[in-house]
Amino acid sequence: MSLDSAYLEYPKRHEGMDHGLYTPSPMPSRKPVAWPGGKPVAVTLLVNLEWFPITPEDKPFRAPGHMVTPYPDFRHYTAREYGTRVGFYRLLDAFAKAGVTATIAVNSAIAERYPSIIADILGAGHEIIAHATDMNATIASTLDEDAERAIITQARDTLAQVMGKAPRGWQSIARSQSFDTPRLLVEAGFDYMCDWVNDDLPWVATTDAGTITSVPFNHELSDRQMIAVQQHSMDSVAVQIEDALDWLKAEAAQYGAGRVLPFTLTPYITGLPYRMDAFEALLGRMASDEATWFASAGQLVDAWKPQAV
Amino acid sequence: MREGEKDPGLYDFRPYRDRTKLEWPGGKKVAVWVSPNLEFYEIDPPANPHRKSWPKPHPDIVGYGHRDYANRVAHWRMAEVMEKHGFKGSVSLSVALCQHHPDVVANANDLGWEFFSHGIYNTRYSYGMDEAQERAIIEDSIRTVRDATGQTIKGWLAPALTHTPRTLDLIAEYGMTYTCDLYHDDQPAPVRVKSGKLVSMPYSIEVNDHYGFFVYNMSPREYAETLMRQYDRLAAEAEARDGPGGTVMCIPLHSYLIAQPHRIGPFEDVLRHIAADGRAWITRSGDIADHFLSSGGYDAVAADAARYAKADA
Repeated sequence: MSLDSAYLEYPKRHEGMDHGLYTPSPMPSRKPVAWPGGKPVAVTLLVNLEWFPITPEDKPFRAPGHMVTPYPDFRHYTAREYGTRVGFYRLLDAFAKAGVTATIAVNSAIAERYPSIIADILGAGHEIIAHATDMNATIASTLDEDAERAIITQARDTLAQVMGKAPRGWQSIARSQSFDTPRLLVEAGFDYMCDWVNDDLPWVATTDAGTITSVPFNHELSDRQMIAVQQHSMDSVAVQIEDALDWLKAEAAQYGAGRVLPFTLTPYITGLPYRMDAFEALLGRMASDEATWFASAGQLVDAWKPQAV
Repeated sequence: MREGEKDPGLYDFRPYRDRTKLEWPGGKKVAVWVSPNLEFYEIDPPANPHRKSWPKPHPDIVGYGHRDYANRVAHWRMAEVMEKHGFKGSVSLSVALCQHHPDVVANANDLGWEFFSHGIYNTRYSYGMDEAQERAIIEDSIRTVRDATGQTIKGWLAPALTHTPRTLDLIAEYGMTYTCDLYHDDQPAPVRVKSGKLVSMPYSIEVNDHYGFFVYNMSPREYAETLMRQYDRLAAEAEARDGPGGTVMCIPLHSYLIAQPHRIGPFEDVLRHIAADGRAWITRSGDIADHFLSSGGYDAVAADAARYAKADA
């Protein structure tokens, strides 16, 4: 039997995207942006601070990094907890040593279970953004709207209670959204989302409820992708991040325009003893480079928005 | 092709020795062609019963956004680096890009890049198409690229490498001269089709950036090193006294991969290495096919193959 003839129909084949969330924006056509202090490259460190229940849910999908073996998977449950208890504190110390600001995407279950860690993050001057409730709270278009709204508002409200104010930013588990997510985030009062990997600069998404800024996220420039998936060493990661920094510095100089270098970290991956020396050395070199501005997601949005509109 | 048979019968055996030497213009040794995929992936494509378009429920915004990075950011970065070192692209084009992002297509056309078809969208697969449907896709490709660029496409790379048993016969019937879908040789060779002359254009799937980064998990510098070794080897073989003569190196790329900030620098080193070497005929796929057909290469390869067919008989 041959394909249904509808397969050869293209109702969305027209200029622009095949959805209404944003419009095309080729990089060369953009107005150049400048970062505070005339720094050419904004480095946005983003840490995923996650709690994986030992009872994984497969709907709508099992989160990356989740349990692997039959119940009870002590191996992965405790290794992830090691990331939160030990690895994350190594990262906080490394940030302090380099004098840099990071963004921490936190499952609200972390705030409920370990409120002191929230105080430690805020006390060190880092930004917290919401990262769903726990690692069973994945979002996809197969989730009904009320269930998705409940995840977003529960994450927001729980974090707000522990933080003392609501988080401004959002990141989905596995960067997975439904068609409704940007609108639901606007309705829940979020200013920006860190899920879309389609750009090196922020952009504005339009929803029926208003607009929300997309903060650039590069899923390739993450320890989960480079180390856990690609099986590169931290030394290789350091080379790749510095190659990226060098290129973006050159591009910024060529076009007189600021660039963003996102780098995403996972406590149970980078925060292992044998990776920390290479990571701290990398961070130290980047922080002492006069070209870099280490910005939290909120700082980046605040610097970008007035120039973009 | 011989549908249903164990050997599809697409080409004849021709071992990599005792070949009639192929020659490239100016006595160059390796024909190097760079093949950026300029693609559009739909966020919510209709389902093909033979293959899922995205691994996750739509919208798979990471997969979609990663590809869209090409048209917003990475194409421009990649094109600039290629132009700087004198490499024209031979584009495998999702032809609907002519509608969605005409500025990307116009930019490539203005740079003197050649276009061949990579289907309408990289999220619409050929599997299950009947002949009339497949003809509609081919006719759409020819018309769309001609309207957008003035170019008449000469080649084909099936969308997402999805074929039917009649694809090669049909593209030859429509006057195309080469296919990039067969990966059996480092030199061009005739493909058995019902009408016309169709050339198999060497297109190394193994050094495709997607394979480098996501199948072999190479770091950017390892991938760059791989390409340089591939080039050096093909140049040396082409120069060897008993060698096959001119070889072909294809560098198949996706800007959303190769033009990431952490990869484009090492890749620029590759282009610099090849451009400085002097043995490369830096060219486009259609020019290789034209030369192969007009300079006697096609007939020489066919004669080589016939010699072995006799020896085997």
